[in-house]
Amino acid sequence: MTSAPAALSVENLCVEFRTRSGIVRALDKVSFSVAKGETVALVGESGSGKSVTAYAVMGILDPAGRVTGGRAMLGGLDLLSANQSQLAKVRGRKMAMIFQSPRTALNPIRQVGRQIADVLIRHGDVTRKAAPAAAIEMLRAVGITDPVRRAKTYPFEMSGGMCQRVMIAIALAAKPSLLIADEPTTGLDVTTQAVIMDLISDLAEKLGMATIFITHDLALAGQRAARIVVMHAGHVVEAAPTRELCANARHPYTAELIAATPDSATSLDALASIPGSLPDLRRTDLPPCRYSERCPRKTERCAQPLPVGPPDAAHTIACWNPLPARAIGAPKVNAA
Amino acid sequence: MTDIVANANTRPAGGAAALFRHARYVIGENPITGLSFGLFLLIVIAAMVGPWIVPYSPLASDTSAALKPPSIAHLFGTDQLGRDIFSRVVAATRLDFAIAILSVALVFLIGGLAGVAAGFFGGWTDRIVSRIADTIMAFPLFVLAMGIVAALGNTVQNIILATAIINFPLYARVARAEANIRREAGFVEAARLSGNSEWRILAFQILPNVFPILVVQMSLTMGYAILNAAGLSFIGLGVRPPTPEWGIMVAEGAANIISGEWWIAFFPGAALMIAVFCFNLLGDGLRDIVDPRRRT
Amino acid sequence: MTPLLDVAEVSKLFPAAGGPGLWARTKRRFSGGPANLPKVYAVDDVSFVIGKGETVGLVGESGCGKSTLVRALTRLIDVSDGTIKLGDRELARKTSRVFARDRDRARIQMVFQDAGESVNPRFTAFHAIADPLRRLRKLRGKALQERVAVVSRQCGLPVELLSRFPHQLSGGQRARVGIARAIAVEPDLLVLDEPTAALDVSVQVVILQLLQRLKHEFGMSYLFVSHDLSVVRLLCDRVLVMYLGKIVESGPAAEVFARPLHPYTQALVAAVPRLNEGAGERLRLSGEPMSPIDPDPHVCRFYGRCPRGMESCKTAMPALRQFGERHVACHFAEEFLPRS
Repeated sequence: MTSAPAALSVENLCVEFRTRSGIVRALDKVSFSVAKGETVALVGESGSGKSVTAYAVMGILDPAGRVTGGRAMLGGLDLLSANQSQLAKVRGRKMAMIFQSPRTALNPIRQVGRQIADVLIRHGDVTRKAAPAAAIEMLRAVGITDPVRRAKTYPFEMSGGMCQRVMIAIALAAKPSLLIADEPTTGLDVTTQAVIMDLISDLAEKLGMATIFITHDLALAGQRAARIVVMHAGHVVEAAPTRELCANARHPYTAELIAATPDSATSLDALASIPGSLPDLRRTDLPPCRYSERCPRKTERCAQPLPVGPPDAAHTIACWNPLPARAIGAPKVNAA
Repeated sequence: MTDIVANANTRPAGGAAALFRHARYVIGENPITGLSFGLFLLIVIAAMVGPWIVPYSPLASDTSAALKPPSIAHLFGTDQLGRDIFSRVVAATRLDFAIAILSVALVFLIGGLAGVAAGFFGGWTDRIVSRIADTIMAFPLFVLAMGIVAALGNTVQNIILATAIINFPLYARVARAEANIRREAGFVEAARLSGNSEWRILAFQILPNVFPILVVQMSLTMGYAILNAAGLSFIGLGVRPPTPEWGIMVAEGAANIISGEWWIAFFPGAALMIAVFCFNLLGDGLRDIVDPRRRT
Repeated sequence: MTPLLDVAEVSKLFPAAGGPGLWARTKRRFSGGPANLPKVYAVDDVSFVIGKGETVGLVGESGCGKSTLVRALTRLIDVSDGTIKLGDRELARKTSRVFARDRDRARIQMVFQDAGESVNPRFTAFHAIADPLRRLRKLRGKALQERVAVVSRQCGLPVELLSRFPHQLSGGQRARVGIARAIAVEPDLLVLDEPTAALDVSVQVVILQLLQRLKHEFGMSYLFVSHDLSVVRLLCDRVLVMYLGKIVESGPAAEVFARPLHPYTQALVAAVPRLNEGAGERLRLSGEPMSPIDPDPHVCRFYGRCPRGMESCKTAMPALRQFGERHVACHFAEEFLPRS
């Protein structure tokens, strides 16, 4: 684990959704932390709860959702028990979020320069008079060429990559200490994706900002994050530094996920598919390990509550029967 | 009406059962929708058997009992000719309901098809349909309806026709918009690859998707159609006395309000209001029911 | 390899939005002048061949014209110019409306990007798969049911699911419905338009392996459109790289990805994230593509974004030149060729 103090630490976060067909236990005891200046990727397939985690931390869960337990500490404030006015003070200033579809997140009938200026004024750092110029500076900072002209355009006149740049400018307007990026490049071209991810990394480094990067793309996470937290069906199944995770994945699900990612395979037949599907999270008889019903390494012990490693361990595995560690150079593993 | 919805989905029996379950859920979720369904049922029953179950003949006058306020014998009181207002209000349901249903069905067919064709084919079809709709919209609609009835003659058929015509733009526009967004949908392209002609795609791919939305529209405009028919009768066009009809009854009773016989105009007016209210709520409920995304 | 599909000099132009209005166009028509309306060059003079049993990948960024190109090939839209030959049959001359009922309609089929959106929400999976069989094979009743069951089984779709509606199926199952519908009429050429874009990786693998197996079983040719180069590399024999309506590079997939010759392909390959490597200093594209409305025919389409960009790129559009099995449209392709 890095020695830097945690910018955000999430402990035992539990979230439920009430739906007409029962209660969905979307998150169960999710714990992870992000150090100052660190980029952590939350990786998982759809339904793994990675976005719900971000929404819960930001305090913008759907009304049907409810946090039923846990803490999320951001600089001494527990975001989960904070009231709306405390959250409003923190949101945008100390933590900010960028979303998957930048075009819909921007106001379609307001010039982008003004939208950035609005945010700058709201956070009180800039006077009304100085705001337009500051907005143009922000546009330049996110790598938009000809920012003076671009400040006067509307979101529909810009490409998806440009809109995402504007979103980043808005998110970073108050220089937050934590940025949550929820699939920021899904739907963008691969060349644009590379440029946008470069931009996020550069700005995070420059501002010393902690970043939570949510993605379904393990290869992209591996390339961009210092640590990876793998989620499955509302559980954190494994968390480790990126290199360690790639070389020495020990949770059976992580191993399958790596084997299914096209990048690492040389032929189609070498790619592994993950048998089974996510369990129905509305069930009341969910096993302690939500992966156990698809798991090839299931043992009798899997019926017992999951092992919990110490939260500050570098490599945590929520599994009773993990894959054996690779002998050479494998650091000490703090499983149960 | 449930039949219409079931047909709208053109699905096998399993689908109908699921739709029924979903309908029950929507009604449970929003009791107002249940209330509107109940009222609707009441209106349908009144329209079907009304004339046979009422205590008095709606046309029989009894001058000895003229202008009696509401009592046990005459629930809603009597009018100038001593006719029982309750019987007349119930008996009028059939005519008003029939005018509304027929005019809405007519515009549903013509406006819906024209709109779907305009939205799907675009080009000249679209231009012609849209301009017709615009032209109708350019008139004050009630005045246009008056004009049509006045020009074509004072018959029930012409009231139906006039009501249908003034509703045309509403249907054509909704259908056009719905067809237009599905014009390039994946399933339409897939149907082209499967060797379907454009007309087949319109009939078998687009229509089933637009149909339920138009059914909702139908329910929403039913109230408007009833108001329109009653309005025409109120000003003396359309249905003629002594036929029981809510609009005429309100017109007949209007003069008596000043002299204190409020019930003559009040009860038919209330019936009219409840019917319109019911149709509007029904439309909102139907919208929830036919939306496939809300069903699981 | 015997060619199955021969596409020659195909162009597709659309009238640009915001051009002169109806009145201006009418006036121009009657004043006898040429109706020089601004046009979007969605597909511009594209030629390529797909062999029998071959899998060809088509990559490029959104808006490069790959969707327009496949819609032209599958005869969903009409081309502005050029020929499309399937075997001996020339397809481009018939309008798409007429071709919809042609006997060769069944020979080119397509699997759509979003299986959820490409299956009519009001019909069951059975209806979706049966539709092409009814229209193109004229199957009815028992024969139809049997054929649908056979195709579903081939696509790994349990027969019990056939009575379900699209929203009752999972993403992977919907993808299988889309594939079953396309192969039901035994096409020679199957166009796959980002068939796994909406799927999770674990499901994506299964669907790709299914497609691979079906190809071997039925000897179809595939045109595989995707923005995911790691998937294209796995599935395709050959690859076409498209940029702003033009093919800028083509060749055997392994070679193109190992040693891209065109600067755009180089940027594309460099942008693919790899699990075991950091982002590092890689080739990045700056700026936005130029406007596709009436582009200057003497300027390379990539000029302005291209890290090479020389004077000669502004005076002559580079033609697609052949180097062995590969084709590249760049003046400087030789610099990247392995020295012989």
